[in-house]
Amino acid sequence: MSKKIITPVKEFEEFLTPEYKELIANGPYNRDKPTTVDDLGTFYEMTGPHPHCAGCGVSLAIRLGLASLPAPEDTIVIGTPGCSYFALTQSTLNYSCTAFGNQNSVASGLKRMLKVRHPDKQKDVLVMVGDGGVADIGLDNTLHSWFRGENIATVMLDNEVYGNTGGQESGMTTEGTVLNMAPTGKKFPKIPMFELAKTSGCVYAAKVTVASPKKVGETIRKAILVAREIGPTYVQVYGPCPTNLKFPPSKTIEAAKDGEKSYYKYEEYMTDGAKEYLNRSKA
Amino acid sequence: MSNTNTDIHTAQKPVSADEMLHSAARSRTFITGSEAVAEAVKRANVDMAIAYPITPQSESMHLTGDLYAQGYIGDYYRAENEFAVMAAIHGASLGGGRVFTATSGPGTLRAMEMFPVWAGSRQPIVCAFMCRGVALPPSIQPETIEMAFLLDTGMIMFHAENAQDYFDFILAGYAIAEQPEVHLPVGVFADGFFVTHTREVVMLPPDDIKLNVYDPTFAPIPPFDMEHVPMRMVRDPLLNKSNFVSYAASASWHQEVLAAAERARKHINHYMGGLIEVENPDADVMIIASGTAVSQSREAIRAMKDEGINDVGLIKVKSVRPFPEKEIEQATAKASLIIVPEFNVGGWLSREVKASIDNNKRVAPGPRVFGGASMPSEIIIGEIKKYRQ
Repeated sequence: MSKKIITPVKEFEEFLTPEYKELIANGPYNRDKPTTVDDLGTFYEMTGPHPHCAGCGVSLAIRLGLASLPAPEDTIVIGTPGCSYFALTQSTLNYSCTAFGNQNSVASGLKRMLKVRHPDKQKDVLVMVGDGGVADIGLDNTLHSWFRGENIATVMLDNEVYGNTGGQESGMTTEGTVLNMAPTGKKFPKIPMFELAKTSGCVYAAKVTVASPKKVGETIRKAILVAREIGPTYVQVYGPCPTNLKFPPSKTIEAAKDGEKSYYKYEEYMTDGAKEYLNRSKA
Repeated sequence: MSNTNTDIHTAQKPVSADEMLHSAARSRTFITGSEAVAEAVKRANVDMAIAYPITPQSESMHLTGDLYAQGYIGDYYRAENEFAVMAAIHGASLGGGRVFTATSGPGTLRAMEMFPVWAGSRQPIVCAFMCRGVALPPSIQPETIEMAFLLDTGMIMFHAENAQDYFDFILAGYAIAEQPEVHLPVGVFADGFFVTHTREVVMLPPDDIKLNVYDPTFAPIPPFDMEHVPMRMVRDPLLNKSNFVSYAASASWHQEVLAAAERARKHINHYMGGLIEVENPDADVMIIASGTAVSQSREAIRAMKDEGINDVGLIKVKSVRPFPEKEIEQATAKASLIIVPEFNVGGWLSREVKASIDNNKRVAPGPRVFGGASMPSEIIIGEIKKYRQ
């Protein structure tokens, strides 16, 4: 999308909302240098009020991710029902969210069609969904998109629970945690999605938490870049859920830090091809 | 990988749906229903097709794959299951191009969640359904029960009687689905095996023409390609919001989907020659059928004529959604007995007919065959004789 498409003609300008004018003047689109998490707060896009619960780790991960897109003017986000829907619908990016768990199939079809229709343009297709969407109901669609080598970046917003449906156990819940539908505690460990990504065709994978905001932004940016030409990529972001895991909303970063020190240590994996591509795009 | 072998594709001359369906000279071929589907896809200027195997659908999607290899289609792949296929077709259509896929019976049910999504997203997807049984005990035999499940998905639904219909209805399907005032998915149904696996005469236009390219700028919803003015779709998402504005917005969206299907009627009349076809409209007995039950009914009428019974007419239902209520009401005005032969145990067509006409006690509850049984003309004749006494 060129700058021309979004810039209003002079005669029309006065009829536009202040938000739109602000988006054109300060927003993340068509910048010489793409925004990073450091630029959060200098524009309205994705930083306005949202309907997530206070202290929501998922909404923070979404803001960090969307502030780090290498080319927001050519990025389409595919989601799935769940908490992530609330913040993502307020972005001005093209965002679609339909049946639960179908996101990597929708993204596969979309990315391929965009290649057919816009062979000379780079269109980034980003999947951004919760842990239930990736690891439970959409696991087959996720893995098969990786096996097929689709050029899409998948970001799991891992809050370790089905938040929007009222706090049920997900496959990414830690073992032993008591939640709805796990009345005596979860009986098996977190699904090893990071390991599955490495063995299922992802050429880049990372595990981060919202306690390290710059790492969240950097890994998502790398995942999107590598997905353009090398293959499927995966970033798993831990964004704790105070509402359902029952801790005060002011303690979200603390909870993420605790995770980062123990079972949610930072990890990054990439193939030689991905590494070489990233070096090349830096140069 | 998207296709770079587009030489053949680009050598085809783009034409209007009117030229393709109405004025292009046709030549005689002797092909199966699956081959007729592929012949339609070959002329449909399809950007992308996605496949998953299931009997009796598979052959049509093998042939569609061959068309991709030959350069007629921009991209094609085999997905992991039918839900994934219909989701990926949804995604491809979001990208603003013309798409095609096909499935059968259990595959239809596996993918079920995506069909209302297509309609709600106002996508002009054309999907071929080769109907088969879905019940326990497992059946791969012809049955039309899956159509009952799809009646309220918001999709437009056509039922082909034979391979000729299958070819014509798929191409007409694109023309109707892509009308700016319609813009809904079209399911084109045929009875598995009877149509897909048998050979018959099909009149085809030349294969050096194809439908004009699909232009997504005429769609009621812009494509998802970030080539449009950015906008925040909603302040507060409608989903999960318990307030009047959310309910009203969702309800009016649904009503608009139904209204779009209503607006399709004139285009069905134009491209398919009507929602129904009637033979012997003044007859005392009317058979109402769709799919291959129409052919069996024709045979029953022929056999009865041999016996000297001449007051039996036939209504062939081509469009199931939108349903031809008024046309059927009119065409049955003089009938004292209505017979609805069906290839399913539920009798969905019978229910639709009963809901559309006055004095629906005239409708006899069958005959119905299922589980793989064929429908010999004798049981249609038997039903007529039983209820006439």
